[in-house]
Amino acid sequence: MKHAFLAVIALIAISWIGSLVGLDYVFGVVFPYLAFAIFLGGFIYRIVNWGKSPVPFRIPTTSGQGKSLDWVRQDKLDCPATFWQVVGRMLLEVFVFRSLFKNTKAEIHDGPKLVYGSSKWLWLFGLAFHYSFLLIILRHLRLFLNPVPAFIGQIEFFDGLFQVGVPVLYQTDLVFVGAVTFLFLRRVLIPQVKYISFAADYFPLFLIFAIGATGILMRYFFRVDVVAIKQLTMGIATFSPAISGDIGSIFYIHIFLVSALLAYFPFSKLMHLGGVFMSPTRNLANNNRMVRHVNPWNDPNIKPHSYADYEDEFREFMVDTVLPVEKELPPEPEPEPEPEPEAAETEKPAEPAAEEAPAETPAEKE
Amino acid sequence: MYDAKYIIPGLIVFVALMTFPIWKNMGNAGPVPKPEKPVGVTKCIDSVKYMRTSHMKVLDDWRDEVLREGDRVPIEVNGVKYDKSLMNGCLKCHADKKKFCDECHVYTSVKPYCWDCHFVPKETF
Ligand code: HEC
Ligand code: HEC
Ligand code: HEC
Repeated sequence: MKHAFLAVIALIAISWIGSLVGLDYVFGVVFPYLAFAIFLGGFIYRIVNWGKSPVPFRIPTTSGQGKSLDWVRQDKLDCPATFWQVVGRMLLEVFVFRSLFKNTKAEIHDGPKLVYGSSKWLWLFGLAFHYSFLLIILRHLRLFLNPVPAFIGQIEFFDGLFQVGVPVLYQTDLVFVGAVTFLFLRRVLIPQVKYISFAADYFPLFLIFAIGATGILMRYFFRVDVVAIKQLTMGIATFSPAISGDIGSIFYIHIFLVSALLAYFPFSKLMHLGGVFMSPTRNLANNNRMVRHVNPWNDPNIKPHSYADYEDEFREFMVDTVLPVEKELPPEPEPEPEPEPEAAETEKPAEPAAEEAPAETPAEKE
Repeated sequence: MYDAKYIIPGLIVFVALMTFPIWKNMGNAGPVPKPEKPVGVTKCIDSVKYMRTSHMKVLDDWRDEVLREGDRVPIEVNGVKYDKSLMNGCLKCHADKKKFCDECHVYTSVKPYCWDCHFVPKETF
């Protein structure tokens, strides 16, 4: 946690000093481009890399009644058996974090008695965090589009519905900071969660908090020349970047932290943005008993070998070693004809019932 | 790659969304706002730099001073007195709201709700 914190402080210090010594162009243009390229490239690389890993059989986490006999009711979302049931499950997962909703907590009460209860806080704050983040990102589109589409104005209007202060306070800013704070406190206050938390868990939290904090400082407290900033961001979006006017360090700190987040994104836990779509425990239909799934790394030259075939191949040896077989050896007329072909031909059709006795005697004699 | 028929379209949608501003603008950054300079006066109530970043703060402070503290003492710029007021202050010099305030506000998608109640001098009912 200490190192993650210091890393974010270092990022802030670097960009602050950078903007003071006149590296505006580096922090305002070069790093954002670089970070965006790393973000897109890294994201695609990670997804393709995941796509290359075979999933030899179906491993969905099932938490409901699977498809069975017609009169047993299937839990279609918790144990989907078809493509569209999986789509339903995925939509709920992606849009309302359904698996977090099912979180439980285990507590030991006097007795000692183990008690499971529902635990919805992580779900609630997780949802609040992600949706306010989404709205904040959408609002930022006003800096990258000219003219600004009407729907962004709508978002800004509803986000500032209470008209508190000037510039108008956005509710998402409060929710965002509150939710990040909760997600952080959860990690440090719950001993079990603290135990499994590493720098890779704290760093994104600190970084995202710092991005939110610098953004809020920039909008409500220091205030910056938004027109000059939009000229820069429009320049970035149209590949003709130029910095006009004096924008202020807080902006360069903010945008450098965002660049750091973008560049860090594909190589961190944040990749769950793409990963949620790729996770086989969610996106596979539980149809093992309906569809034959062939292991993709099977050697195509090795043909399937059923037990029946196997027994056919080795029946004699099995009988010899007194292993049980499903089909007995056929009655053995063969050894007889070899020494005396003529005799065999005449004997066979003559007496089918007494076949064995005469057949064996010549073989034994030899 | 396995399941390319789902993954490739998914990635295409992702990249399209992420680069939305790039292909929406098509390299055209659009017009830059040019707020009209007021005629006959040379100085604003504060430095241009401060006004560009913080004029809404000035208005907010004025509003509190006038309405909560009853302090209507006018401000002086170059010896001329102006009311601490939206329509009788700022707009005395910046006469044309459309060519001044709105120029920037449309560009940055800012819609001050002040005009729900305050009206612009030239506006007719
Ligand atoms: C140089 C461009 C520019 C000019 C000229 C300008 N504004 Fe603004 N104004 C802005 C920007 C940019 C913002 C938004 C700042 C932000 O989003 O943090 C803003 C915000 C505001 C706000 C706060 C609105 C809100 O909902 O947050 C008010 C009020 C305001 N301006 C009033 C005026 C008035 C009145 C005039 C004309 C006398 C004017 N402005 C002229 C650029 C300008
Ligand atoms: C005394 C007349 C006067 C008053 C009153 C006045 N301004 Fe100005 N304002 C000016 C002048 C003149 C300029 C141009 C200064 C320059 O370009 O050097 C200016 C510049 C500005 C700018 C920067 C525009 C740009 O082109 O960058 C903004 C924003 C602004 N004023 C907002 C306001 C607001 C908001 C109010 C009311 C709170 C206000 N002004 C009151 C005269 C005035
Ligand atoms: C609900 C209607 C309403 C809204 C919205 C509103 N005002 Fe006002 N404002 C008033 C009233 C009423 C007065 C009192 C006028 C008086 O007593 O002279 C006033 C007075 C003021 C004054 C001082 C005196 C004057 O004549 O201008 C300022 C400055 C002011 N408002 C700024 C703002 C700003 C800036 C906004 C937008 C952020 C705003 N107001 C939004 C109703 C409103």
